[in-house]
Amino acid sequence: MTQLALVIDLNVCVGCSACVTSCKEWNTSSAAGPLCDGNPYGAEPTGTFFNRVQTFEVGTYPATETVHFPKSCMHCEDPPCVPVCPTGASYKRKSDGIVLVDYDKCIGCKYCSWACPYGAREFDEAGKVMKKCTLCVDRIYDKGLPEKERKPACVRACPAGARLFGDVHDPDSEVSQAIREQGGYALMPEWGTQPANHYLPRRKTQLHIHEDELERSDNPLLIDSELPQPGTGEPSLDDVTSW
Amino acid sequence: MATTPLHDPLSNPSPDAAVEVKTTTCYMCACRCGIRVHLRDGEVRYIEGNPDHPLNQGVICAKGSSGIMKQYSPARLTQPLRRKAGAERGSGEFEPISWEEAFSLLSERLAKLRATDPKQFALFTGRDQMQALTGLFARQFGTPNYAAHGGFCSVNMAAGMIYTIGGSFWEFGGPDLDRARLFIMLGTAEDHHSNPLKIAISKFKRDGGRFVSINPVRTGYSAIADEWVPIRPGTDGALLLAVIHEILARGLYDRDFLVRYTNAGQLVNVEETNDEFGMFVRVEVPEEEACYDPQDKLWWDRNSNRPVVTHQEGCDPFLLGEFRLKDGTRVKPSFQLLQDRVAEYTPEWAAGVTGIPAETIRRLAHEMGVTARDQKIELPIAWTDSWGVEHDTVTGNPVAFHAMRGLAAHSNGFHTIRALGILMTLLGTIDRPGGFRHKVPFPRPIPPCARPPNNPGAVKPNTPLDGLALGWPSDPDDLFVTDEGAPVRLDKAFSWEYPLSVHGLMHNAITNAWRGDPYPIDTLLLFMANMAWNSSMNTAEVRKMLCDKGENGEYKIPFLVVCDAFHSETTAFADLILPDTTYLERHDVMSILDRPISEFDGPVDAVRIPVVAPPPGCKPFQDVLIEIGSRIGLPAFVNKDGSRKYRDYPDFIVNFETEPGSGIGFLSGWRGKGGEKSMRGEPNPNQWEMYARNNCVHHYELPKSYQYMRNWNKGYLEWSKRKRITRYAEPILIHLYSEVLMRFRQAAQGKGLSRKPPAHLAKRVETFFDPLPFYYEPLEVQATDKQRYPLAAVTQRPMAMYHSWDSQNAWLRQIHAHNELYVNAQTARVNGIADGDWIWVESQWGKVRCIARHSEAVEPGTVWTWNAIGKAAGAWGLAPDANESRKGFLLNHLISEELPGGAGQGPLSNSDPITGQAAWYDVRVRIRKAEPGEEAVSSPQFEPMGAYPGMAEAPSGWLRFFAGGRK
Amino acid sequence: MRPAFSVIFLTTLIGAGQGLFLALFTAESYAAFDLLPAIAPGFLAAGSLLALLLLITGLGASFFHLGHPERAWRSAAQWRTSWLSREVIALPAFSAIVALYGLVHFSGANPTLGMLPSGAPIKVSAVLGSLGTLLAFLLFICTAMIYACLRFLREWHTPLTVINYTLLGGASGFTLAAALAAQLAPERTGFFAGWAVIITLMGLVGRGASLVRNRRLKPRSTLQTAIGIKHPRIVQKTQGAMGGSFNTREFFHGKSVFFLRRIQWIVVTCVFLVPAVLLAAGVWGSGIAVLAQAFAIQYLGLLAERWLFFAQANHPQNLYYQAVP
Ligand SMILES: Nc1nc2c(c(=O)[nH]1)N[C@H]1C(S)=C(S)[C@@H](COP(=O)(O)OP(=O)(O)OC[C@H]3O[C@@H](n4cnc5c(=O)[nH]c(N)nc54)[C@H](O)[C@@H]3O)O[C@H]1N2
Ligand SMILES: Nc1nc2c(c(=O)[nH]1)N[C@H]1C(S)=C(S)[C@@H](COP(=O)(O)OP(=O)(O)OC[C@H]3O[C@@H](n4cnc5c(=O)[nH]c(N)nc54)[C@H](O)[C@@H]3O)O[C@H]1N2
Ligand code: SF4
Ligand code: SF4
Ligand code: SF4
Ligand code: SF4
Ligand code: SF4
Ligand SMILES: [Mo]
Repeated sequence: MTQLALVIDLNVCVGCSACVTSCKEWNTSSAAGPLCDGNPYGAEPTGTFFNRVQTFEVGTYPATETVHFPKSCMHCEDPPCVPVCPTGASYKRKSDGIVLVDYDKCIGCKYCSWACPYGAREFDEAGKVMKKCTLCVDRIYDKGLPEKERKPACVRACPAGARLFGDVHDPDSEVSQAIREQGGYALMPEWGTQPANHYLPRRKTQLHIHEDELERSDNPLLIDSELPQPGTGEPSLDDVTSW
Repeated sequence: MATTPLHDPLSNPSPDAAVEVKTTTCYMCACRCGIRVHLRDGEVRYIEGNPDHPLNQGVICAKGSSGIMKQYSPARLTQPLRRKAGAERGSGEFEPISWEEAFSLLSERLAKLRATDPKQFALFTGRDQMQALTGLFARQFGTPNYAAHGGFCSVNMAAGMIYTIGGSFWEFGGPDLDRARLFIMLGTAEDHHSNPLKIAISKFKRDGGRFVSINPVRTGYSAIADEWVPIRPGTDGALLLAVIHEILARGLYDRDFLVRYTNAGQLVNVEETNDEFGMFVRVEVPEEEACYDPQDKLWWDRNSNRPVVTHQEGCDPFLLGEFRLKDGTRVKPSFQLLQDRVAEYTPEWAAGVTGIPAETIRRLAHEMGVTARDQKIELPIAWTDSWGVEHDTVTGNPVAFHAMRGLAAHSNGFHTIRALGILMTLLGTIDRPGGFRHKVPFPRPIPPCARPPNNPGAVKPNTPLDGLALGWPSDPDDLFVTDEGAPVRLDKAFSWEYPLSVHGLMHNAITNAWRGDPYPIDTLLLFMANMAWNSSMNTAEVRKMLCDKGENGEYKIPFLVVCDAFHSETTAFADLILPDTTYLERHDVMSILDRPISEFDGPVDAVRIPVVAPPPGCKPFQDVLIEIGSRIGLPAFVNKDGSRKYRDYPDFIVNFETEPGSGIGFLSGWRGKGGEKSMRGEPNPNQWEMYARNNCVHHYELPKSYQYMRNWNKGYLEWSKRKRITRYAEPILIHLYSEVLMRFRQAAQGKGLSRKPPAHLAKRVETFFDPLPFYYEPLEVQATDKQRYPLAAVTQRPMAMYHSWDSQNAWLRQIHAHNELYVNAQTARVNGIADGDWIWVESQWGKVRCIARHSEAVEPGTVWTWNAIGKAAGAWGLAPDANESRKGFLLNHLISEELPGGAGQGPLSNSDPITGQAAWYDVRVRIRKAEPGEEAVSSPQFEPMGAYPGMAEAPSGWLRFFAGGRK
Repeated sequence: MRPAFSVIFLTTLIGAGQGLFLALFTAESYAAFDLLPAIAPGFLAAGSLLALLLLITGLGASFFHLGHPERAWRSAAQWRTSWLSREVIALPAFSAIVALYGLVHFSGANPTLGMLPSGAPIKVSAVLGSLGTLLAFLLFICTAMIYACLRFLREWHTPLTVINYTLLGGASGFTLAAALAAQLAPERTGFFAGWAVIITLMGLVGRGASLVRNRRLKPRSTLQTAIGIKHPRIVQKTQGAMGGSFNTREFFHGKSVFFLRRIQWIVVTCVFLVPAVLLAAGVWGSGIAVLAQAFAIQYLGLLAERWLFFAQANHPQNLYYQAVP
């Protein structure tokens, strides 16, 4: 069985928000759109986005890590948002595990959003239905696109290449390998929702220099500290004293 | 129970719509990525990175992805506007006029100025990427008063590096992260080259490279650094000099590289009484024709123990020591002088200045030195050096650096950046794999050949300026001053105050014009610069100057023309507004004559081709310039008989040549009659189409053997000469020791034959024109009572916003609706400030009220905020109560454009004393909690701006953008 | 959570309706087993009508919660998995029974369907009443389970939620019955008031237990599990939307701790203490005015109680939205 998902590499995410607006841009004019914006030019602007980037500070100065943290729907394998939906508008596709909302069935009761521990769903205040990340389902199967472009908009946009996309059930996929080899983890494992999306942790590269690496036989100081010898004709003590 | 969905998620919501994909170049920022714009029924549906573009390779940023909202922004200006008769300047009351009226009004005024005193017209441009055209226009007009944003942006970076290694970061070169193993980033938040840098940093990290960021703040790139080294602002010079100290003390420098490719071994006259003191010793060598930097300097050969002309077969110079020439003159290799210089700059000393522990400084130096030495790269690429020696391989020492405005925007930045250039050189990393690499048109001679005019006679009525308005002085005789040593330019660039201000001092243009010092002007034309807001220092006062009147009741700056596409703060002060098109609506070129988007492997230039039609009342500024140039008869734009030469901008681009028949034009691709030539060739009538067919970009890949060591690569230098990129093919030796700077110091000391500075500036020039880098506290800090103003205040670029121009963007402004001041949590607590409190931030020059945020990711002596998020009420098509103006604030109110000069002297620009670089990041502040009863609104506030005629009403309620029709 | 007023009205109104119906049928059952004299059918009819009105008003209020009320009919589809769907079925079913029950008493046509082994007649009203009782309890369960089934909302995810919805609905229904009886069947006032006091006090115990439990709850999700970083000190600096988003609106009550505490005391006073005293007075013979007051105060108290029920529920998604300005 296929389970498509995003794997987000916190090791390289610089928090640029390219994934945020490219997602908005793609989806606002797609089957999921429009994605509305409230007070677009007034006080407290707000709107529907499927993906947001947040920032956390970990630790205290000077041992501080700044973590940029993109978050969209996890496409949970056991998605609590689905069974609670009274209309069946919230559903998980058998074929690829994508969790979607059927905008034509949704009554906008918001109940599913209460059932999502990740805060991944957003109510579209103009469309009056619940919306969320679609994994760009209308891109990834679009035969009109060249194969390598059949990827979510956010993945294609990400300048840091911090967003991987693929089948987490296929052990040979890029995403499964990354999860396996780089300690990929899921959010809030305590709820057993089995998020399909995973995150890759920060990694640190350190350099250890041994004292003996600092001194070496080819140290240029051996050459440069060798200053010129005075010519034999230059004055010396020999000229003025005898013992 | 899953039933069949009613809504098919794969359905095309508008199956009948006409769709089109066009390529062009993004200009949501100056990075200039390739984009593909998808249109549906003529509306922008999706903008994606062009995977076939060398710069961004398919990725795009938050701004680029929000281009739609720029296109449909309610801040769009749609028709030429003239200040209403009787309306006060700044009141924002305008009436629409036709383009014909605008043209005749402007041409008449400008023609008159040109015929009388061309200086009276000043043209300054901001985030402009078409300086080749604006510069040409100004020069043709005959005014010296032209500059772009460089002076207030990062000229220290350009000048500091170019005067040292013949190339620079910024757009002219960068770190080779594909091959580097250690990457040190200083003072960079977002950079110009932002998408490529992100691509490169993440690849670098994934490949296991080690990334160290030196920055008072940890955000963005620094966030993913393996090590964050917090530093006190303005002290990087101290850090770098201490690192150099340690590198030299440990012998971690690349001796072979220094000997061959730098002036390390060249002998400097150290006989203080001698007129030639501080200059290289030269011998007579047969001078080659048009030789730029003749090989007439000396080494002291270790083998024969006597002075020899440099680079002789079988010779190897002493780098250390002191020697006596036959005539008894004492000389030292410049490397020895460097060692003497850094002797006192110990890590312990630097620790006290920078706040970085001495062990850390030592460790960093060791990491750099050992990585450079022990992880050498050998590429099997054969090349020939300028001295004819053939090399089988190209060597790389894989330590790369990058730095930007965190170094540049301080008044000691030039020397800091020189120190950085020297450190990179000591490690042997210049134009080598894994180190720093140039981008065409760099490297260039040190300094590059273009000189500014050097006397007031260059400015004559009805005559083009004699020389380029901006150039590279190599000695005091190149300064653009009067016989008395007074500045000729309005901004005082190339004067004794800021001799190497190679990008001008835009940040002083308004103040100087207002004060009439050095002289008043008549017309100021601002293009793409928001000088009444975020690109001016001392913003509130500058706004007053723009409205200030003289005793005669006339405005002190009589006529202000603003060309902008949007409802910026500055437009409110215009007498005439020229509405520009947007980047999706016009032709543009990222010209090789300007700042192309070259890659390490060769020159790249690019174009913009309209993908949607502009509103009928908007005109590309390029066309406006060509129109006016034609009307007032600027020689470049008219035929001999005075008739118009170019139909429009696209026509100009195709047919303009720098000189008749030169074969050099704005674009380097598809030249020659049939488009068969690159770089040089006759005009090609189908050039635009050829660019359009090729992703709007021309990438000329150099042969591998020309891609490295270009300062001394015979093949490359000759190619570059052949292509007329440079005039000379001489090797470009790196200036550890800068004789250019020494020439100015000599003059200040009254020596030599060249011009001498006026007495009141002699000391200043003598002090700062040190041929070796040295550390001094930033000038403003020296002039501040640090007990009263203990904190440094800096700004950073937010990745999702471009200066002032993105708040109009409905999507981007949701990410940064307002800005707050980040304060180290401990510092805040000591000052009794809780997270989220309203506070006052005060400098010597002004104060602002804003919201404080605690942060653990900022050095305790620094406070910072995002740049240019705060807006004037009502600007940018926003409601007067928009968060940007009520909660957001502008740090610029705290920064002065001037510092008090010495006794009996007028004020000096708050700038680097060498380059005139605006010292944005020098300001010192103190913070205190706002009083309990105070209004929870940022301060200062300004009278809200209203909408202008022709601006669309901003949609209120819910905006639902959907491109094209829906089924 | 941000309290949704339509849902507050829905649950309190139908709760009172359910409770009222239970009170009516309790009285009838007492009579059927000869524990009490028969009660006037007019009272039962009027009571049923009132219960029906409460149910319909509640249902009506719930529509205000929907983005697409015109599609509300779809919400019965997922009864296999969704408590909301089940509620949507149970509520009309129960309302229909209440209507029939009222009709039987109104019309007086209450034929006997058979005999119990004990010889007692099985009346139509008794069958409807039993069915109604069953549905009333089912409806309490459905309504409460909508909240109790959300395991991340730990304040809700407890049997106490079901118990309290039932007890509080029961209490308000019996209180209302007492008030109604004071007008239409004064001889039963004490009966209803007595039961109302008992249920109200049970409610106090149940709700008190949940308040105590809430106070002791340790969140299972933390910032550490939310972003997967193990460090004791993590502070959120941005949440990706400075002007707010659905996630910053829907899941926050936006009130101070102090405000919440005040509401808690209002709840204790208005839902339990004051009504209990007034109802006790009713047992000793006070009239309609006092009992109507008891109901009014209790109902208002319940609005506050439901507000608090939402406000106290701390959604784990809020871990991602801690930088709410
Ligand atoms: N998204 C976006 N991109 C942009 C722009 C934009 O507005 N938005 N602007 C463009 C322009 S015009 C420019 S010039 C470039 C500028 O690109 P950058 O130079 O990368 O931008 P700044 O924000 O000025 O970053 C300065 C950095 O230096 C740090 N800093 C300040 N003082 C010191 C110091 O003394 N020492 C050290 N080591 N660090 C210090 C600050 O904390 C900050 O991180 O960005 C360009 N790119
Ligand atoms: N405090 C503080 N101040 C700073 C800095 C800092 O770091 N800190 N950084 C400085 C630096 S490096 C820079 S480069 C400056 C940048 O400052 P500016 O050059 O003033 O940049 P913007 O604010 O973006 O203003 C550019 C203007 O161009 C307009 N514009 C946008 N697109 C178009 C177009 O297509 N055509 C035309 N005609 N106009 C257009 C915008 O509407 C805007 O009014 O700010 C400087 N100011
Ligand atoms: S686009 Fe990539 S780097 Fe930027 S915030 Fe999103 S995941 Fe992070
Ligand atoms: S993240 Fe939330 S919305 Fe997405 S599948 Fe999981 S529970 Fe559902
Ligand atoms: S809001 Fe829509 S998708 Fe969510 S539970 Fe209600 S009907 Fe289902
Ligand atoms: S997969 Fe598509 S819908 Fe989901 S966050 Fe990325 S761009 Fe948005
Ligand atoms: S980096 Fe600049 S040019 Fe590139 S996509 Fe972003 S806004 Fe456009
Ligand atoms: Mo800049």
